[in-house]
Amino acid sequence: MTDVTLTVNGTQVTAQVEGRTLLVDLLREDARLTGTHVGCDTSQCGACVVHVNGEAVKSCTMFAVEADGAEVTTIEGMANADGSLSTLQQAFQDHHGLQCGFCTPGMVMSAAALLKENPKPSAQEIRDYLEGNICRCTGYHNIVKSILAASGQDAGAIAAE
Amino acid sequence: MYSFEIERPATIAEAVAALKGEDAQALGGGQTLIPTLKQRLAMPGVLVSLAGIDAINGISRNGAGEFCIGGGSTHAAVAGGAGAYPALAALAGGIGDPAVRNRGTIGGSLANNDPSACYPAAALGSGATIVTNAREIAADDFFQGMFTTALDEGEIITEVRFAVPEVANYQKFEQPASRFALVGVFVAKYASGVRVAVTGASEEGVFRWAEAEAALSADFSAAALDGLTMSAAGMIGDLHGTAEYRAHLVAVMTRRAVQAAG
Ligand SMILES: Cc1cc2nc3c(=O)[nH]c(=O)nc-3n(C[C@H](O)[C@H](O)[C@H](O)COP(=O)(O)OP(=O)(O)OC[C@H]3O[C@@H](n4cnc5c(N)ncnc54)[C@H](O)[C@@H]3O)c2cc1C
Ligand code: FES
Ligand code: FES
Repeated sequence: MTDVTLTVNGTQVTAQVEGRTLLVDLLREDARLTGTHVGCDTSQCGACVVHVNGEAVKSCTMFAVEADGAEVTTIEGMANADGSLSTLQQAFQDHHGLQCGFCTPGMVMSAAALLKENPKPSAQEIRDYLEGNICRCTGYHNIVKSILAASGQDAGAIAAE
Repeated sequence: MYSFEIERPATIAEAVAALKGEDAQALGGGQTLIPTLKQRLAMPGVLVSLAGIDAINGISRNGAGEFCIGGGSTHAAVAGGAGAYPALAALAGGIGDPAVRNRGTIGGSLANNDPSACYPAAALGSGATIVTNAREIAADDFFQGMFTTALDEGEIITEVRFAVPEVANYQKFEQPASRFALVGVFVAKYASGVRVAVTGASEEGVFRWAEAEAALSADFSAAALDGLTMSAAGMIGDLHGTAEYRAHLVAVMTRRAVQAAG
């Protein structure tokens, strides 16, 4: 067992982990932050996306040991300081960007990473960026709309295809 | 996953020493290895993480004008940092998805030599040099069939050197579920001739299409490919496409790559 210390949503977290402990296990089991989901065993679904040192990564495909000393942001760290939903989260609610909500933490974290790189993405750029985030409910259309709206663009402009 | 320890060396020498241990294996970005471990298809005793070795990270040009890409460079770093070799940057930027690109590395991809991976096509198509802790290996000698390379046990890819071609292009026909290449073709035109490398298609892994190279070296145009076909013998056939379909795609993607390269 190894001690790892990382900063999660601004708070220092120390945990004893095995070599095989995944970052997502540390987040869910040790830090008790269960907003980050696990939807697959094949690194394909993106429900587990968090930011490590500012970059989107699949927390199911990184060992906790490798996150020692890192700054991690999870979905629990996305709300405004007063607890109200961030612009991006509010847009998902307003535009029905979620149904069951299982994929949503990963979608929001990927979308936040996209908007940091590209503050006004086109609908196609949004779809390309979300390639590694799978949603079984929405058909993606309202997710794209939500992100367009969150970036201050006219979400109504994309017609239902 | 079976149980194992993780070591995080800071130098190539420490990593090489750690990899001499029994059942030790290198860990790059983990984007292939971790899913494999989850399926219990591998049982290492120790994983030696290469992520903390600064000497194998970074992208530079050497005196000969070659791009020297550290073996630990992520796909995202290459997509953003190899602008002077646009076909290579575009290939790296088309691997998987953004989160995979933020972790997966060029060294891991080449060492793995997945028959449907993108980087093997770029390395073979560019006649790249694969540099390890022990030696330099020409791409033509490196790839030795599906998931098989010239690497010895415990040998680490520290750098990959690419000569920058006059023009080049990579065309990837995505397998719709995995987003790996169902067939991918990398075409590069050098003063010395044209190289055409094909991934995703053959049961032997990445390969060069000699007939297309000869035709394109004489005349770099899509018309030069007229009448050239690829035999379906030895092509991969699965539920995503028959061997005949893949063979057909090789010719189609080669033509598109030549057209896009201009
Ligand atoms: C959802 C998803 C989609 C993907 N799509 C694509 C795609 O479209 N195209 C594509 O080409 N790939 C794709 N990949 C694979 C991805 O590119 C991996 O990053 C890559 O194959 C392995 O690199 P890695 O650094 O993650 O290596 P790891 O998974 O850490 O290691 C892979 C193997 O290489 C060895 N190794 C690692 N680094 C080195 C080194 N420096 N020297 C020697 N040996 C080393 C390891 O011991 C292991 O055997 C995808 C992966 C996922 C999860
Ligand atoms: S849980 Fe599916 S990609 Fe991480
Ligand atoms: S809202 Fe149910 S999986 Fe996306």
